Amino acid sequence: MTDSQFNKVLIGVNGLVPLALLGWDWYRGNLGANPVEFVLSTTGVLTLLFLLISLAVTPLRKITGRNDLIRYRRMLGLFAFFYGCAHLVTYSIFDKSLDLSAIVEDVWQRPFIALGMSALGILLPLAITSTKGWIKRLGGKRWQRLHRLVYVAAVFGVIHFYLIQKSDFFWPIIGGVILAAVFGYRLWVRFAPK
Amino acid sequence: MPESEKIRSSEITDEFDYLNRRNFIRAGALAGTAAATGLIYRYLNPPPPREVTTAAIESFSEAKDPLPDDLTPIEDVTNYNNFYEFTTDKRGVASLAAEFRSEPWTVTVDGLVEKPRVFGIDELLKIDQEERIYRFRCVEGWSMVIPWVGFPLSMLIEMARPVSSARYVAFQTYYGGSNPRGPEVNLPEPPNAMGNVFAGISFPYLEGLRMDEAMHPLTIVATGLYGKLMPPQNGAPIRLVVPWKYGFKSIKSIVRITFTDKQPPTTWSAATPNEYGFYSNVNPEVDHPRWSQATERRIGEYGRRETLMFNGYGEQVADLYKGMDLRKNY
Repeated sequence: MTDSQFNKVLIGVNGLVPLALLGWDWYRGNLGANPVEFVLSTTGVLTLLFLLISLAVTPLRKITGRNDLIRYRRMLGLFAFFYGCAHLVTYSIFDKSLDLSAIVEDVWQRPFIALGMSALGILLPLAITSTKGWIKRLGGKRWQRLHRLVYVAAVFGVIHFYLIQKSDFFWPIIGGVILAAVFGYRLWVRFAPK
Repeated sequence: MPESEKIRSSEITDEFDYLNRRNFIRAGALAGTAAATGLIYRYLNPPPPREVTTAAIESFSEAKDPLPDDLTPIEDVTNYNNFYEFTTDKRGVASLAAEFRSEPWTVTVDGLVEKPRVFGIDELLKIDQEERIYRFRCVEGWSMVIPWVGFPLSMLIEMARPVSSARYVAFQTYYGGSNPRGPEVNLPEPPNAMGNVFAGISFPYLEGLRMDEAMHPLTIVATGLYGKLMPPQNGAPIRLVVPWKYGFKSIKSIVRITFTDKQPPTTWSAATPNEYGFYSNVNPEVDHPRWSQATERRIGEYGRRETLMFNGYGEQVADLYKGMDLRKNY
């Protein structure tokens, strides 16, 4: 096994640890008084976490000069998509009991739900086109342009996270600061006068 | 394969050792990082539920007309709390509040009353206690059914004898060193000082009721739940319970009750006036600007149930709001 293969295993295992603990706590009945709310918030936070880590790859790569970091970006992005799907499944099944009209009404009336849905809607084509085959089919330039949409998803995600809080904005602000840093870095690299 | 390309046995051993060492390091890295990730996850998530350790209330009359609804288990009632002075994490309050001492404790009753006075907690616990099983609906969209123990607030009000100009009652929660101290206002010292800088609301926590709401027989001063003295996380030693209003109106750990002629400021309404009003009656038709109030999740149930007007107490309280536009007076 090469080092990069091993590192992928390492990221994969670590990315699944929260899911395993969530499942274990659920099995043991240790998710607290409101398990649905807990699973919703945990999967939501994990989605944003992996999204932000995947966005941090390029800045980290440029700052540290470790170009091999790019090899792990797809996996991190797919973890974000995976936890996002778990978030949506929890919401649709356990919160809304698969009541489609209630879900549509929610999306229509609640800006934060519409934002969350849009963010996941953006991640879907990005997840599908994340394979080598799709990069070839689209061509590097077009693929890159399409995948810049991930910043839109991340901005929507952070606002979605902010809007659901009652008054304690500590974690959404942390998320916003990290997003501003990675996004700001990319913009600065691109547009700063040389 | 030519002889020269054959690997000598000594080389094989070396490679084997090398791989072994590498595998060993890799296994260590895998186990180590996974354990660290698990620990971070555990650290960021709330601790396991705590048992209630408060003493049993010696005597109280049992509830006369229990609700058809099942009671919410005591473990959930005491491990899922909004008490922002400690933390905004509902599952984290119980452990953070465990050291909160509510003895000694005094409640100052003042303002537009004939008999302003300071009650020691012992005096309040001597008032005839009765059990009341109420639905409790949080503004966040979840609900519980809780067997409170306490007495009608009207009994306390009658003792204080408000003057005729008193139209509102204001309540204040204990907050660290911010409350007045004196020989007869003997409140616990820090480390009880509650102070969560990230709460996003200002302290001390304030609430208020109109006089007729305060005098209503459903409004109680609760001194305990499930037959035990009030656990700290639920608002020890005394709190208000107004079952037809959203939970945040039922102010916890009360140190001051003041009678006024003007509508008193209330914490949530001051923090976000377009989201929380003075009345905050449970109303499935008036949504929170950011989420629906039409349904609620009863703790212990997976689906959602319809929210009832005035939390199901409309028959008793709807008259209080006759002629009022409840969309404006949310």
